[in-house]
Amino acid sequence: MSRTPDVIVIGAGMVGTMTALGLAEAGARVTLIEGEFPGGGSTGAAMGHIVVMDDSPEQLALCAHSRDRWHQLAASLPASGEHDRCGTLWIAADDAEFAAGRQRIASYAAHGVDAELVDQRGLYQLEPHLRPGLAGGLLVPGDAVCYPPAIARALTERAASQNVTIKLRTHVDSLTPHGVRLSEGGTMAAGGVVVAAGVASPRLVPGLPIVPRKGHLVISDRRPGLVRHQLVELGYLHSAHTFGAASVAFNLQPRRTGQVLIGSSRELVGFDQEINHALLGAMLARATGFLPALHQVRVLRSWFGFRPATADKLPLIGPWPALGNVWIAAGHEGLGITLATGTADIIVAGILGTTPPVNPEPFRPDRPMPAMARAA
Amino acid sequence: MIGTRGAPVDVLVVGAGPAGLSSAVAAADRGKQVLVLDLGLRAGGQIWRHRDEAALPRVARQWLQRVRAAGVTIASSARVLDALSPDELVVDFGGRIDRQRTRALILATGAKERLLPFPGWTLPGVVGIGGLQALIKSGLTLNGSRVVIAGTGPLLFPVAAAAVAAGADLVRVAEQVPLRTAAAFAMGLLAKPSAIRQAIGYRWAFRNTAYRTDSWVTAAEGDGRVRRVLLRDRGRSTAIDCDWLAASCGLCPNTELAELLGCAIDGDAIRVDTSQATTVAGVWAAGECTGVKGDIAALAEGEIAGRAAAGDAPGSRRSSLQRRRESGREFARRLAIDFAPRTELLHLAGADTIICRCEDVRRGDIDPRWTQRQAKLWTRIGMGECQGAVCGPACAALFGWQANVPRPPLGAPLCGDWAGALVDEDVSGER
Repeated sequence: MSRTPDVIVIGAGMVGTMTALGLAEAGARVTLIEGEFPGGGSTGAAMGHIVVMDDSPEQLALCAHSRDRWHQLAASLPASGEHDRCGTLWIAADDAEFAAGRQRIASYAAHGVDAELVDQRGLYQLEPHLRPGLAGGLLVPGDAVCYPPAIARALTERAASQNVTIKLRTHVDSLTPHGVRLSEGGTMAAGGVVVAAGVASPRLVPGLPIVPRKGHLVISDRRPGLVRHQLVELGYLHSAHTFGAASVAFNLQPRRTGQVLIGSSRELVGFDQEINHALLGAMLARATGFLPALHQVRVLRSWFGFRPATADKLPLIGPWPALGNVWIAAGHEGLGITLATGTADIIVAGILGTTPPVNPEPFRPDRPMPAMARAA
Repeated sequence: MIGTRGAPVDVLVVGAGPAGLSSAVAAADRGKQVLVLDLGLRAGGQIWRHRDEAALPRVARQWLQRVRAAGVTIASSARVLDALSPDELVVDFGGRIDRQRTRALILATGAKERLLPFPGWTLPGVVGIGGLQALIKSGLTLNGSRVVIAGTGPLLFPVAAAAVAAGADLVRVAEQVPLRTAAAFAMGLLAKPSAIRQAIGYRWAFRNTAYRTDSWVTAAEGDGRVRRVLLRDRGRSTAIDCDWLAASCGLCPNTELAELLGCAIDGDAIRVDTSQATTVAGVWAAGECTGVKGDIAALAEGEIAGRAAAGDAPGSRRSSLQRRRESGREFARRLAIDFAPRTELLHLAGADTIICRCEDVRRGDIDPRWTQRQAKLWTRIGMGECQGAVCGPACAALFGWQANVPRPPLGAPLCGDWAGALVDEDVSGER
């Protein structure tokens, strides 16, 4: 790369906008291309959690760094971004899950992530509306929730003020050896191209191991104070593991608006555009099972989106050797909001040849990938 | 038969206004088992909303009697929450949530008001014209209250008459279109002596009030409640003190359920063919939801839909029913063109005028070049409690956006109720 690289970033979701801004702040000349508008894809359908997961040591390391970077960013976000450091309370349904939570404290601590075990009494003090009989929980106070499309918009505006060229409603037809070809006609040359197009990335980079994993969400009427923390069942990682089968898990968020955001579901059904009512019903039943008070809360709307999933549950971040000067920043599944900051840091370091803050090796896009289980 | 997840009914009708009632009678007359779901406490829809049936016009009383004689079941205070498929709806039967299966579905979901925002339109005491009518029919008395009615089209007349009958000091009726448009429309009614007689009767009822064409509200003012309305009146600005302001700009079809089912929409109305069939098999639509045209044509459309849903072969295009249908649709086209909001009404909202009441989104927050989805995701417009029911028609007029694509559930049910209706009995706590 030359000293002042010129880079095209494709996709103005959370990952793409964060990467474009990071590159510009590091001195690169950047063009950000988006087919619709910032935050309109998976970012606009996302729950918007900034949460440390420890599905694997690699995931935990990237989450911990990414969350630190969000903490630095938070003060500069507009109110419309609804950033709220409400913390995550992982719910242990039984003693076995409570023991599993205890083990996670050590791995969190190794990465500088504060977490505390909460016994049964403490659990109900924190969240009095949870159903009786739960064993306890694990509180991670540094986690946050946000409203991603408004942040993607703000980051795009900030990028524009950093001299990033923003091209909205512009569609990339294909990658060329020296840049991109636009669907509207014409080509754009650049020293490097970053593909941050989420579930659409494999269209531009054939062979990229990303599949859409559909998820439904439901938002309630305003009920401020009903829940105070993001609530997730400790069985969440377990249920998110069963890659091929449709699954639901308990995940609630208190929103700055006073609303409660209810998730989550996962299914591998391609880009199916129909609401899966039975799965939605199972998801809501799971939520009301943990928080019976939800029965009496009005719900306004449901929607679904498509997470860009990989078979080994790690994102694809780094160069794509089959195509020269093409970088991938995609495949974050349900962690695209959380990991956007860390992903941008890795890409910026890679393109500028500086030292990345996290070991990028586990996220190499061309790493061996287990076979992708497809639902029938 | 009602909402037991059991055997389907033959024909399910949504809405008990004129189109819903006539479709129900037509299907029942052909031996079909018919269930009508209606939001209201009593059948009749907005136009025949009543507390005392004896006070209704003769045609309304006749239809209510016919629907009873035909053995049609009417579920009052029933709201459709979701559509699992065209033959299975999730219904709130006045507090009991259940699924309702059917072999044929007729949508007669009526129309809603188009409220165009102007400074002060969210003040207490400012209502829609249809809203004022509904309040009066539900028993609101206006003993001496000063009322201004501002809007457009034939609906102004019955509401003005009703306001006077409810005791209002009706101080002004403002019609936004120029006199020549209103007069040309009235001339078009000469072939319909009953409509002329009716209009004259209404005008006589509010004979002491000025009816001004070329006149529209530019702002409402008041501290905590509307006290004064500013009007543009034939090129001049004027202010009138009032206690109530009824202001809206015509009606537009209610299409949420149709859109949820995937029915095609033309402009703002459900697309139907000459047998009132929508683009979704097994679903018909009739009345105002297929274009605002009034009760007479809605009755004809309902009858056509009811016959078709009952399995009748399509009638002749020259039948009297089809002629009534066609003249009704022609009337709807004229209404839509003649009484379309004038350009000035689309520019009344200032930068700080609220567009979306639920989410406090102001006119200045929106860039008209944005797509609807973009504005929604960036500003939360239309994402609140009413899910765009109020601001949707306004945004369609102001920004040219398509109506808000609805996403279930409709009508903000309790989470537990909706979830209970969605979960299949053989599915339990799937992980």
